[in-house]
Amino acid sequence: MNKIIERFKKIETNTQIILAIFVILFGLSFVLDNYWLDVINNVGLYAILALSLNIILGSAGLFHMGHAAFYAIGAYLAAILNVVYGVPLLWSIPLCGLLAGLVALIVARPIIHLRGDYLLIVTIGVVEIIRIALVNDVLKDFVLVINGIMPDLFSRDFIKMVYSQGITGGSNGVFGISRPNFFGYIIKSPQDFFYLIFGFTAITIFLFKRLENSRFGRALIYLKEDDVAAEGSGINTTHYKLVAFVLGAVWAGMAGNLFAAKMTIINPDSFNFEESVVMFTIVILGGSGSILGVVVGAFLIIGLPEVFRELESARMLIFGLAMIVMMIFRSEGLIPPLPQKYKIPGFRNNNRNGGEI
Amino acid sequence: MSLLLKLQNVTKKFGGLTAVNDVSFEIDKGSVVGLIGPNGAGKTTVFNLITGNYAPTSGTIDFKGNSVLKIAPNKIVKMGIARTFQTIRLFQNMSVIENVLAGCHCRMKSGSIAAMLRLPSQKKEEEEALKKAAETLDFVGLLHEAENLAKNLSYGQQRLLEIARAHASDPELIILDEPAGGMNDQETSDLVNLIGKIAESGITVLLIEHDMNLVMKACHKLIVLEYGTKIAEGVPEEIKNNKRVIEAYLGTDED
Repeated sequence: MNKIIERFKKIETNTQIILAIFVILFGLSFVLDNYWLDVINNVGLYAILALSLNIILGSAGLFHMGHAAFYAIGAYLAAILNVVYGVPLLWSIPLCGLLAGLVALIVARPIIHLRGDYLLIVTIGVVEIIRIALVNDVLKDFVLVINGIMPDLFSRDFIKMVYSQGITGGSNGVFGISRPNFFGYIIKSPQDFFYLIFGFTAITIFLFKRLENSRFGRALIYLKEDDVAAEGSGINTTHYKLVAFVLGAVWAGMAGNLFAAKMTIINPDSFNFEESVVMFTIVILGGSGSILGVVVGAFLIIGLPEVFRELESARMLIFGLAMIVMMIFRSEGLIPPLPQKYKIPGFRNNNRNGGEI
Repeated sequence: MSLLLKLQNVTKKFGGLTAVNDVSFEIDKGSVVGLIGPNGAGKTTVFNLITGNYAPTSGTIDFKGNSVLKIAPNKIVKMGIARTFQTIRLFQNMSVIENVLAGCHCRMKSGSIAAMLRLPSQKKEEEEALKKAAETLDFVGLLHEAENLAKNLSYGQQRLLEIARAHASDPELIILDEPAGGMNDQETSDLVNLIGKIAESGITVLLIEHDMNLVMKACHKLIVLEYGTKIAEGVPEEIKNNKRVIEAYLGTDED
């Protein structure tokens, strides 16, 4: 026990707070009723999404407001694979990430050189395109056209199903998604989902934390700070912008899988532009580039409105006001990232009390 | 001495304006070369052509016998040409050591997955990069500021940090754009020593500078531009007494 406390003291404050939040949440998971557990699960999902957007927006500084597009791709792939082919939900997590990443790569390659607000507008277009494609079930038409050209490519049963139900199901979406099965244990209750979602959140934080003071993580911040200087220092800016975009999309796709598992019904309304704005707000308000900031941001933006549900109409008013005040007085976000610490050989810090070497 | 950089009939036009007009020069390995001329003579444009930020309208630029045309700036750094900027372009909100690590970046390999998994090779590489960055900071005399943010440094220190960042990329040619800009006399004379130390370590230096005192002390060879055209080239003593140069540039200085 003493050893654990010793180790705990050594890690950076923000990580300590994150660990504390997780311990508290774990405790709460035994106490809270289903309604509140569901609220917290939502917070967890948005935390994953915002953390993935944080790589793109917070670290690399790319104004990306179409993150819901990749979330949608993950959710729909998981749902369709499950409903049509009976692929268990958790198994398809890597596939969802892969497809979202692939789409991100294709979409981002031609637009990645755009700066600031130009990129923002294009990404808004992307999320709308994906949503409208889902509403109109473009995939269905696509499959039928291909079937017309090459009748032997798809099985007859498949074409029959496409005719009757479509693929993405239009504005009705996909329903009848089965519950995820964790090595024989069916994940069903909000409490079960709590462990699934926050387990995934914990893994996400653990991995993304490691990125922070690595060559990759630094490269993203160099981009945000000054991309001309970064390029002039030997950093392939286009490459890193693209990798940040793809990595963020992969994670959003995986979050989409969890969402499909939690809801069992998905439709295009869950992935509209507003969702992208919410994720964007979480990152900016919480603190661009700060993992703790983004997690706290998710609690404030998703969780807090639920707490004030009684105030009904006034709560969005207060919420909007709070955001305006925040942006004026603390534009770097609630909890901005701390400077990275390095073990610098031969460096003696004279500013630190205690004079350790 | 072997040839390191060769510009041949390089011209750069911005619309109707010819910023660099038919400029040719050569830089030998191990030398310190100064590019001087009045404001607007096209000196920084020449730098931007060498570092790949601009593409020349015509002409060729060869580094170690290979053309640098149509190569992205970051690849040119990897080829061995590092630069500093006239207007300081540090990563202001990052620490001094992180700024230097940016220079180390192109000599490192590990990517995002290696970092997430903390592979042993990635850990080793990080340690080596940190060691290298610390050595470079020590070299320019900024190690004591390693954990400070770049924006908190004095102007002169920021210039030094830019040099450190460029130096950390292990270049063969280092290009300094007005390194003494905003420095006081003491800092400038320290800079002359530093440039000497860089040249001694085998790195070729090409610099733009308005401080004639520094240029005369530090450079082995000077190239003078006026209105985008090369008007003189030679050792500092020659340039000092070149009538054309005095007319164009130094003349106003000595009146």
